[in-house]
Formats: sequence, C-alpha cells, structure tokens
Amino acid sequence: MADSSVRSPVAVPAATLPVVGKSETKPTWCPGCGDFGVVAAIEMALKRLAIPSHEVVLVSGIGCSSNLPHFLSSYGFHGVHGRVLPVAEGIRWANHGLTVIGTGGDGDGFGIGVGHFVHTMRRNVDLTYVTMDNQIYGLTTGQASPTSSLGHTTKSTPTGVIENPIDPVALALASGATYVARGFSGDVKHLVDLIANGIRHKGFAFVDVFSPCVTYNKINTFDFFRQRVYKLESAGHDPSNLVRAWERALEWGDKIPIGLFYRTERPTYEELEEVLHAGPLARQPAGLVDPGPILDEFV
Amino acid sequence: MQELSVRVGGQAGDGIASVGEAIARSFSRMGLHVFALNAYQSVIRGGHVWFQARASPRRSYSQGDAADVLYALDKATVEIHAAQLRPGAVVVHDPEKFAVAPSELPAGVTPLAVPTLEIARKYTSQSILQNAGGVGAVAFLAGIPLDVLHQVLVDSFGKKKGEVVDWNVGASTDGYKFAEGHASPNARVLTRQGPAKLLLTGNQAIALGAAAAGCKFLAQYPMTPASTIMHWMAAHARTLGVVVKQAEDELAAIHMAIGASFAGVRSMTATSGGGFSLMVEALGMAGMTETPLVVVESQRSGPSTGLPTKTEQGDLNLMLGAGQGEFPRAILAPSHPADAYAATIDAFRLAEDWQTPILLASDFHLSENFATVDREELQAPPPPTSLFTVAPNGGDYRRYQNTPSGVSPRAIPGQAGLQFIAGSDEHDERGHLISDVKAGIPLWISERQRMMDKRMRKLEGLAGAVPAPVLEGPPDAPVTFVTWGSTIGAVRDAIAELAEQGRPANLLRFPAVYPLDVARVRPLLAGARRTILVEANYSGQFGRLLRAETGFAIGDRLLKYDGEPFSPHEIVARALEAPSDGRQ
Repeated sequence: MADSSVRSPVAVPAATLPVVGKSETKPTWCPGCGDFGVVAAIEMALKRLAIPSHEVVLVSGIGCSSNLPHFLSSYGFHGVHGRVLPVAEGIRWANHGLTVIGTGGDGDGFGIGVGHFVHTMRRNVDLTYVTMDNQIYGLTTGQASPTSSLGHTTKSTPTGVIENPIDPVALALASGATYVARGFSGDVKHLVDLIANGIRHKGFAFVDVFSPCVTYNKINTFDFFRQRVYKLESAGHDPSNLVRAWERALEWGDKIPIGLFYRTERPTYEELEEVLHAGPLARQPAGLVDPGPILDEFV
Repeated sequence: MQELSVRVGGQAGDGIASVGEAIARSFSRMGLHVFALNAYQSVIRGGHVWFQARASPRRSYSQGDAADVLYALDKATVEIHAAQLRPGAVVVHDPEKFAVAPSELPAGVTPLAVPTLEIARKYTSQSILQNAGGVGAVAFLAGIPLDVLHQVLVDSFGKKKGEVVDWNVGASTDGYKFAEGHASPNARVLTRQGPAKLLLTGNQAIALGAAAAGCKFLAQYPMTPASTIMHWMAAHARTLGVVVKQAEDELAAIHMAIGASFAGVRSMTATSGGGFSLMVEALGMAGMTETPLVVVESQRSGPSTGLPTKTEQGDLNLMLGAGQGEFPRAILAPSHPADAYAATIDAFRLAEDWQTPILLASDFHLSENFATVDREELQAPPPPTSLFTVAPNGGDYRRYQNTPSGVSPRAIPGQAGLQFIAGSDEHDERGHLISDVKAGIPLWISERQRMMDKRMRKLEGLAGAVPAPVLEGPPDAPVTFVTWGSTIGAVRDAIAELAEQGRPANLLRFPAVYPLDVARVRPLLAGARRTILVEANYSGQFGRLLRAETGFAIGDRLLKYDGEPFSPHEIVARALEAPSDGRQ
C-alpha cells in the first residue's frame, strides 16, 4: 500500500444525512444565464424527493453548463467533453443504489457525445439526463452547435448555419428513451416537476431544457422562448401515446411545446443484468475464493 | 531441446483451430509443456490459417522453428510449410482431396495418405468429421495415446448430441488405426510426464487474473487481439459476479470503466492499439481524477488498422505518451500466460494503491497463443476488501489531500459526509476547480504546481512498486539480450539453444517497462559484455526508452516488424554473428 497513514479508518459521523443543497462554490456563469434556473430546479427536485446528498452523483462533461456539479453538495464527476453518459452508466452499474444525474450542454450531448446519447437510451439505463440546451457553444465563445437553427450566424458560421439542427426530443423518442421531456429555465417551477418525475421514473429519463445563453445567442433568448412555449400538460397531451408524442416533437415555430412528451415502462438495463440481482456491484464480494473449479476448464 | 511439434493448416472455416487445440490439449493432459501458435488471418472463410502445437518435457516459451507432423487440409498448406519440416516428419493428407508426392517434400519427410473423408462417411454426411480421422492419424504419429485423445474429444463435443461425440471417437480411432498400419510414430515422441497441465491463452490468463484480483466490471469494444478477454469474462460473468459490457465504442468502454471505478468497483477495459488511441483522452482523465483503472493494450501490427491478426510491440511509445499533459502511469508487460495472470493481479493492486491508470501491455503473440501453466502458478490472492470499509479521515475531508506519497484518501459515492467532485479540470485538494476564476491568480498558480507535484510524485513510488527487472542466466555471459513482453519467450528458447551449443548468454527482461527505477537498472546493465536489444518493432522503442532513462545505449539490435513473432533461431543466429557497430 502506498501510504497507509492516509487510509486509516476513521468513523464518519452519519448522524445527519443532509439532502442536496448548494455547495460552497458559487456558480461562475454569466449573470442572467439560463443555467441558474436549471441548477435551482435540480436542487429543488432533489429536496422534494429527500434523497440524501451522499447518495446522489452528478456527472457532467465540458462546457459552461457542465460546471454544474460543483455548485451542489452531492458527489460529482466532472469529466471530459461529451462522455457524460458512459461515466454515468459505469457509476449506475457499479452502484445502482445511487441516484445518478447527467448534466451537460447541447454540444457535449448532441455533438461530440451523440453516439452515447442514443445507446444509453436504447439500454434504458435508470438515470436522469438533463441537458442545458442553448443552441450555441458558449465556453468556446460562440460557435454553432448541433441544435443551432438553420441560418444562425455564429463565429464559425459567419454566413449562417447550413446544417439541419438535431431535434433532441425526436432523437430520444426514436432511440427508445422511456421518459422524454422538455423544459424551459424561464419556468423553474415547471422544470422542477419534470426533473423530479424524471428522477422518480424507473428507466432513462431525458429532460432537454431551453437554457438561453445571454452572451452568445442573440436569437434563442428568454424572450424568444417566452413568446413561443406552451405546456403539453395544459394542451391535453397524452404522454402514453408515442404517435402523439412524435407529432408534438415535430412542432417548432410560433408554438413550441414544453412538458412531458412521452413516458413508458420497460425493464431497465440494471434489472436485465443478472449480475446486479445480487445487489449493488460495489457491495458484492470480489475475487476468487476457490479458483479450482474455474481452472478445471483449462485442463 | 527434447520436443515434438505438430502443425495443422488449411483454410479459415476448415476447423483448424479445433483440430490444433485438440492436439495441444492432448499433450498438456500428458503432463507435457505446450506452446501453441494460432496463426490466422482477418478473414472468416478461405485464406490460409495454421496452428502449431509444440510439446516438450520442460517448458518451451515459443512456437519453435520446425514441425514433425503436418496435417494438411489443403495443398497450399504443404507448399507453405514443407520447408519447415524436420527430417523424419510426416505429412498427413487425404488423397481424395489432393495428392502429395514425396518429391514435393524435403529429404527425410514422407507423406501419409489417410482416407479421412471415407472414414467420415462411415458415420455421417457431414464432411467436417474428416478432421476426426485426421486427428487420430496425427495422434498416432505424435505419440498421443488414443484414450487421451478420446477424452479430449468427449470433453470438447460433450455438449453436443451424443452421436456427434460417438462419431468423433469412432473416426479418430479409425484414423489412428490407419496410421498405425501404414506408418511409425515419430522418433521424437514424448511420454507422459505426470499430472495434466493447464492450457490457456494469454487473454484467458488476463481475464482470470482480473477476476482473481477482484475485477467486477469489464467494458470493452470488440477488437482483435483483445476481444477474447471479453469473451472469456462474458462466459463466466454470472459465475464470477462480473458485469461485462460491450460498449458502443472504445470511448464509452473506458469511460464506463472509469465511472464504475469511481463508484467503488475494480474495473478494467481492454483493447488493441486502434481502440487505445480512442481511449487516450480518458486515460488522462483517470490520471487527473486519480481514479484507479486497468487498461489492457494488446498490440497488433500497425500503424492504423495494420495487420489485425499479426503481432508487434509497436505501441510502446503510444502507451508511454498517451494523453495530453503529464500524469503518472505504469506499464506492465507480461510474456507468458502464467506471467500474464500474475501481472494482471499486480496491475489491479498498483491501480488501487496509486489511484492512477495502469497499462497492461500484451500483444497478439501473448494474447492469442496457448501455453501450459501449472495449477500452482495460478494462486489466487486473498479476496480484496470492499472499498467502503476503508473510510477516509473524517472531518476536514480533502479527496486530493497533498501527501508525501501523492496518494490521497479515497471516498466512494454513498459514503456520507465525504462528498467531493472528481474534476478533469485542475482542482485543489478539495476538488474545487482552479481552472476558471482562479486560473493565473498567484495563490492558485502555486496550487496548480503543488497538485501537479502531488500527482507526479506517485511515479517515484510506482518505480519501486512495479516488478523489478530480472537478469536471467549466467551473470557473466558474454552476451546479454535485453527485451520485454512476449518476445522474452523466443529469447529464452534461443538462450537454451545457445547453451546446448556451449555459448552462454543471459537475458535482462523488464516485467514493467515503465516507470524504470534507474538505480536498479544501471547495475544490471553495467556488467553486460555485449548487449543485444530484441524487440518486435521498427525503431527499438524500448531501447530508446532505456537510453533516455539510464543513458545506456544498447550495442546491437534485432528488430522485427513483419508481423510474425520471433523464432528462436533468428535470435541464436544474431548472437553467433559478429557484433554490429551499435548504431541506435
């Protein structure tokens, strides 16, 4: 062992099990950033569900929004760009007693990390993925993102975006996500419901959040969304109907739906992985007590 | 050296590996040592594949240089392999498929026409059964008792319908009897040597070693020659309680393994050079977040997709330099399945003790080929304890506490009161970022330096913790071979041959190629009279590393990068040549 002094077992007082709150680190986002609403909504959702902070892991990638785990009092893994979901999956499979929430931006999730997005949904891993979708690259000072609108002029597209944007909600429906929602950081109360229900949902819960960048996106602003969003819950949408969910997902223009598009029940990856039936992997015995029977196959 | 080798060749899809494995396993059950080479191509049907089982009473470490029995399932096999047959060798073939004239074979080598298809038709219309007749004939020539062969066939076909087992036993008996009536056993045949030995590939040894070390999570994306690690572990996943995940790509595989390790599970990923190239960024993240991780890099001939089914040791520079910036790592390089088992256990121990990625360098030659191991060589360490039982210091908990060793107390998510953020960005002892609003501020400039020093200090400890270099053989020998990884096998066999010729040589091998403890390495090199670097790559990558670390320039180099493993005779020949001018 490298240095036994730092590993001496000292009992950790677990008398109080505080729920997730703010950490000692203050957010570093631009004043007015949409992400303030999202971190507030995640904190409130976790408080509502009364999950102790040591049983929550926030996982993020790289980008302005990916700093989010630092601002709350749970465990966190702030990794490299685009790999939020595989890290989150590894954590879930290692300990499915934990509440795992992936957080990140549209570039992180739908650009560099889009392959993982699709695969995590088809697996129905029981975690919640909240994307702060501002349709721009902010931390790299304003390039086009996979969700930037056609024609959007940015530093990397001075004559306008000529690629069709990804529709994260439609992609989630196509990929087999079992909880697909869209929120708006200008409506935190509504967003808390979507995130709390997503965490409570058994299976992969996806919450795409319009989270405007006040510095680099002058098109998709708070006002842009305030004028356009309407709530599916108020429009009589039936979230159990996949065909209706598709129709709503394709709506974009003067009216843009937010709320729960679709929810269904399907066994989770963790339920289908037999090895996990014996309990969280991190708590299971490890190693070989008697290698004999296994060695017999090599005779 | 007392030995006998059987070679089997044909097209992909002919069942060459099954035939070869039956022969190899018959030898190992006779208590003989075996080294078996499985040479295949990146095709599923057609082409040319071959398998060689080399048996000997004492351990042989390589495939050797020649064969005594050749079972040819097609004519191309005869053409390709005839030149490597020793006098007294016999070529088994079926005359219904093709003829072999004695004039096509080297002096002292004879054909044996065995009616394998005719034998097969006695039992079934499935022509694959011809191999059973062929195996029977080979067994007779190679001195394998029929009862040993039968049991191997019963064990390998046991899960199929009873009649399949009966056909194989019957046809192999017919082939054996036919050979008995038309030929004599090879003069080199070996007798039983005691209890059966275990026969396994390097990859099976790695997977087994991982399980013994307490690995509970393996994520991998298929890539030759690493895939069979996943295959073995997946087949035993439920028995061993290991979650095996075939990921969507290598990026996902390594990130899943890092996530699982962060959450308290000993984790591994395995790949070849191409996949490892994709994992490079994550490797640095494991170093930066101080997350234990074992990565198997089973090399194949590069660059790019190179030769997928051929061997090379060309990724050492990649493994040394993988990742932007600097972080501590170690690279272990086992040479043989017994060694691969132990090295994998070491890798897990080192990863956990030093909280940093540990690379296990294998290659096609080690990963895919079989060798015998004694049961005693595969001792399991005591099962590791749950990581939750070692609670870090409470109170003022600092996940990245600056310690003399560089290793900090590790909390696992789920432990109350110890929450921290594992950050890929530079961070302070508590895990708080110093990459944004603190970057460039004098207090935090020095903190950055302290954190770098803390992490990099682990390298000093690692250099003493990894297995030390070993000088094998007479210390005052006039020739010292310097090598690492699977190439050690052929060098050992070459040294044995040289010793038989009265030409002593020794071997300086490096079970860990990085980090090197210079104080331990220098004295070993200082006494060497003539050094020869033996490596399967173009530029002598390890030789360069050794010179960079120790200042010692190796005099002579034997480098090979044609995709084939070293043969002992090439190494013997170099030792017998006059020394070169030592250019490096």
